[in-house]
Formats: sequence, structure tokens, C-alpha cells
Amino acid sequence: MRSKMQNMSHETKAIGLEAIEAQYTQFVGRRYIFLLALAFLTVALAGTAVTLGVIKLSIGQVYEVILHNFLPDQFQATEEAQRVVWNIRLPRILFGILAGMGLGIAGAVMQVVLKNPLASPYTLGISSAAGFGAAVAILLGQGFFGSYLIAGNAFVFALISSMVIVAIARHKGATPEIMVLSGIAIMYFFSACTTLLEYFADSDAVKGVVFWMVGSLSKASWNELYVLCFVLAVCIPILVWKSWDFNVMSSGDETAKSLGIDVGRTRNLSMIISSLIVASIVAFTGTIGFIGLVAPHIARMIVGGDNKFVLPGSALVGGLLLAGADVVAQHIMPPVILPIGVMTSFMGIPLFFCLIMRRRKGYW
Amino acid sequence: MVLKVKDLVFAYSGVKILDRVSLELEKSEVLGVIGPNGAGKSTLIRCMNRVLRPQSGKITLDGIDIRDMDRMEIARKLGYVPQASKNSFPATVFDTILMGRRPHGGWRSSSSDVKKALEVLKLLGLEDLAMRDFTELSGGQQQKVVLARALVQEADVLLLDEPTSNLDIRQQLEAMAIIRKMVEDRGISALMAVHDLNLAARYADRILMLKGGCVFDAGEPFSVLTAENIREVYGVKAIVKEDGGRPYILLKGPAKKNQYLLNAASPFVNSINHRWHRSI
Repeated sequence: MRSKMQNMSHETKAIGLEAIEAQYTQFVGRRYIFLLALAFLTVALAGTAVTLGVIKLSIGQVYEVILHNFLPDQFQATEEAQRVVWNIRLPRILFGILAGMGLGIAGAVMQVVLKNPLASPYTLGISSAAGFGAAVAILLGQGFFGSYLIAGNAFVFALISSMVIVAIARHKGATPEIMVLSGIAIMYFFSACTTLLEYFADSDAVKGVVFWMVGSLSKASWNELYVLCFVLAVCIPILVWKSWDFNVMSSGDETAKSLGIDVGRTRNLSMIISSLIVASIVAFTGTIGFIGLVAPHIARMIVGGDNKFVLPGSALVGGLLLAGADVVAQHIMPPVILPIGVMTSFMGIPLFFCLIMRRRKGYW
Repeated sequence: MVLKVKDLVFAYSGVKILDRVSLELEKSEVLGVIGPNGAGKSTLIRCMNRVLRPQSGKITLDGIDIRDMDRMEIARKLGYVPQASKNSFPATVFDTILMGRRPHGGWRSSSSDVKKALEVLKLLGLEDLAMRDFTELSGGQQQKVVLARALVQEADVLLLDEPTSNLDIRQQLEAMAIIRKMVEDRGISALMAVHDLNLAARYADRILMLKGGCVFDAGEPFSVLTAENIREVYGVKAIVKEDGGRPYILLKGPAKKNQYLLNAASPFVNSINHRWHRSI
């Protein structure tokens, strides 16, 4: 063993610094290629998904509709095709991709700032807190923001639960186990609150809550898409901009402080931003589990540990997973469309077990 | 860069870990901090770069109070090598070293950062590990990588918390020689907590001896590393010899048990012992 190690070091000592630099440049370049490949896959998925559906339209017709909306003079579209493709299929697939991106990047950020591979919007109870906020809005009509009642409530409650977790994480000696357990406690607490509300509400309203909670992309329209687009366009660059700080923070709080990072502030800021992302997705779709947990791990397997690549990678993998799951949910037993939250769990759990079985030493 | 610490007091939930510690670190000087476990060596270092907030006392860099500086400014002046480090997520050795450039850069590393990291990689002989995963390395290799990260930080003062505890004897000497050479070539200074009295004797210009959170003695290696001091602070019998103008310590064994307990019977020492046990 020892002599083998020595041989190795003797051989590689001959490698010059230029060679290492070239190796590193290649290493970084390969990561950009992975990201580009994921982006290409996402576009390909969207391009394929718009051509699929109960109402049979040819590929040509579908793309004529899309082009018609950009260049109305050159391309014609029938009214039915316009309605199906432009008002239903396209916003749905785009919303699926954006929601998956948001959940993926939020999960990646939560895992890295809480130094816990199990952290995700779902396991930390942020989703169920947002769900409770939405239930309050639906059942009691009480809320914080007038016209965006459900989204506003969902956001406020997501924020409350994430602040509790931040407070626990900052408490000295809080271990990953304690943090996950408190996340689970928060999840149960808000589930219990939601159940209590439902218990006293009338059955039609309860049905509404159940349908809302189960997770669905069917509410997606261009308006929701614009809101989510805006939230992601603001939040994702901030998170990616902080990616070097996240790298430093995963070497431990002390090291990060000694390298000039204001650990507490960065942790709070990124938890608030990722809660904002999660809340604005959950508010429109209901609870969608496992994307935020699994996407970052898959991304790390593909691009390694550098958050500059993990964050965009998690977003792209999350988008692919969620939009892909939605395509399956729509077409696995037509004309019934399975709820997306159920579908991501069914697809996510085997994937997750697969990851646990294959996990490398020390991390996932 | 002159670093001054004046009357530093730090306590964890009422128990004083550091009690009015003062020290001065001149430019181009290596100060060795020695003392038994729980004497406050690590706490002292962590108070100095404000990882911990001392209850009272003042730390100045060239006359400027570090409380008036933000973290990035402190990080550009004080480099830190912690006792142990772990990564919760995978990172290559090269990326880990590059983190040392964070206080100098924006949101990502530049090509000059990469050049500097490469130079340090070579200096510490870590070339063959560059693309390996930090968490897969041995404790000694990790320690070298962390030292490399502190060197690439280009700080004026290096704060080293047992930088050689996981290294084999050859690597210990190499690491110390590199730190010495950095101090001489770049005119930086270093403060290092060490357990090995002979390493301290050989590589430090001055030595600060801590006992129970107080400065027990400070000064030239010969004046601090005496048989009496070692017996008093560590409870260990030792013979101090001279080799190449530096003291050389031969440890003979624990001082007689009854005598040690006799010493501990005084109320002052008792409270210190209590502290030792707490932190062990």
C-alpha cells in the first residue's frame, strides 16, 4: 500500500504546473459542457412535450401555432390549435420546467448552507408551512396580500418556518440530525394545523384544499408563469453570485469566517431567498416533493461539488425531472392526469433509494 | 504588520477560558503558543481573527482595532489554519486551496488566483493531489491543503492552530520550514499553537506559555522552556539541553503524582484543573 502510494507520487511529481492548470481548465470546461447538455435536454423535452396530448395535432401544426404568436403574419393557426397549444400545453410545460428549476436550486442552497444532505423544501417543512398558509387563505379567506391571497399566505408561512430552522441552525451545537428532526417537527406541526382547519371546514372547501395540496400544474397559465419567471430571474442570480461563499461555507463556519464570509448573514439571506422561491412555486402548484431533495444530489454526481456549477445544475436537473414527471403523469393513463406531486414522489423515491445505495463516502 | 493583544478575556457561559491575555507579534516573527490541553491556545487564536467574540480586551493590527474592520478586511490580513477541518460536500483539493483567494476576489476566482494557487500547490508538494477530492485525503494531506489555503490568502499574519498535529515527522519539519521561509521572505509573521515543545523551541522566535487561560511566561525559547516551567505547567519532568543555539527538551515522565496533587490542592490551581476537565 505504502510503496504503491510512493510510486504514485513519484510518477505524478513529474507533472508540471502547466499540466495541472490544463487539467483544471479541462475539468472546469467539462462542467460547462454538462450544463449545456442539460440545457439542451430541457429545450428538447419542452419541444417534444408540446406535441403530445389527447387532442391530436401534427408536429407541424403545433410549431405553426407557436411561431404564429411571434410572427402572426407569416404563420396561421386554427383557433382550436391556438387554444390547446398556446393556452394550455406551452404554459404548462414551461411552468413545470421553471417550478422544477426553482425547487432544485432552493434544495441545493438549503443543503449547502445547513450543511445537511437531507435538507430540502419538503423535509424541512417549508412546503407544508406554505401549504398551511394556503389552506388558511382558501378556508378562512384570511391572508396578508389582497389579490395574491394564497401566494402571499404561502410565502409568509414558508418564511416563518425557514426562520425557525435558521434559528436552530445558528444555535451552537445544532447538528444536522437535530436540524432535520426540527424540520420534520415543523412539517408535522403545520400538517396538524391544516388538518385541524379542514376538520372544522365544510366538505367542498376541504376538497378544494386537498386538490390544492396534492400538487398540480393544471393551474399554470401565462400570468402565473410571469410571476414565477420574475421571482426566479431575481433570486437565481443572487444565489449563483453567492456560490463561492457557499463553497467556503461547506468547509465549516469557522473557516468561512476566517476567509471573510459573514456566515450568519449569508445563511439567513439564502434561506429567505430560497423560501421565497419555494413559496412562490408551492403557492401555484401545491406540494411537490422530492425534486428539491433529489435534483441537487444528481447534479453533484454530474458536476462535482463546486456550487458555481451545482446550483445551475440542480436547477436544470430539477426542471427536467419535474417537467418529465408531468409528461408521464399526463400520458401514463389517458385521459386521467395524475397529480404531479404523486408522480414526483413515485419517480423520486426509487431514484432516492438508488442514490442511498450508491452513495460515496462522506456525502451523498 | 504589528499585532497587539491587550487584556483579552473570553468566557463560555461564565467560565473564563482566557483571562487578561496580552501579547505582541512583531513583523517577521514566529510566536509559538504552548500550554496543556484547555489552556486556551485555540480560543486565543479564534478570538484574534474574530471567529469568537471576546468579552473584553483589545486586538489591534498596526494600531487599528479589529472591531473597526469588516470580516473581509480581517481575512486579507489574518490567515487561519484550524486544528481540523471537514467538508460537508465534495470539493477538489485545487478548489479548496482557491478558497483562500475569496477575501481578495469578487464572486469567482480569476486567472491570477489560479496562478497563485498553483504556486502554493508546488511549494507544498501537493501537485499530485490537485484534482483529488479533499474528503478522500488522509489527515496529514488535509492539513497540508488547509495550510496551502492559508498561504494563498497572502495574509500579513498567519494564525496556525496545531498546523502539524497530523503530519509525520518529515512533513512536520517541512511544514515548519515552509512557514519559517514565508516569514523571512515575505516579512509576514506567524502565531502558532503547538503541542510539540521541541518544534516550538526550534522554529519560534519567542514563546508564549499559557496555563489555565493566563499567560504563565513569555519570551525567548531559553527563558520560557525551562525544566521548572514545564513541571509547573504540564506536570512533567523534563531535562532541557542545548542544540544549535536552541533549547532541546527531553521529557522524562509525569512529575510525581502526590506532588502534582499537592500542587492542585491550592484553591487557585483547583479552579484551573476544573477548567481543564471541562474542556477535555
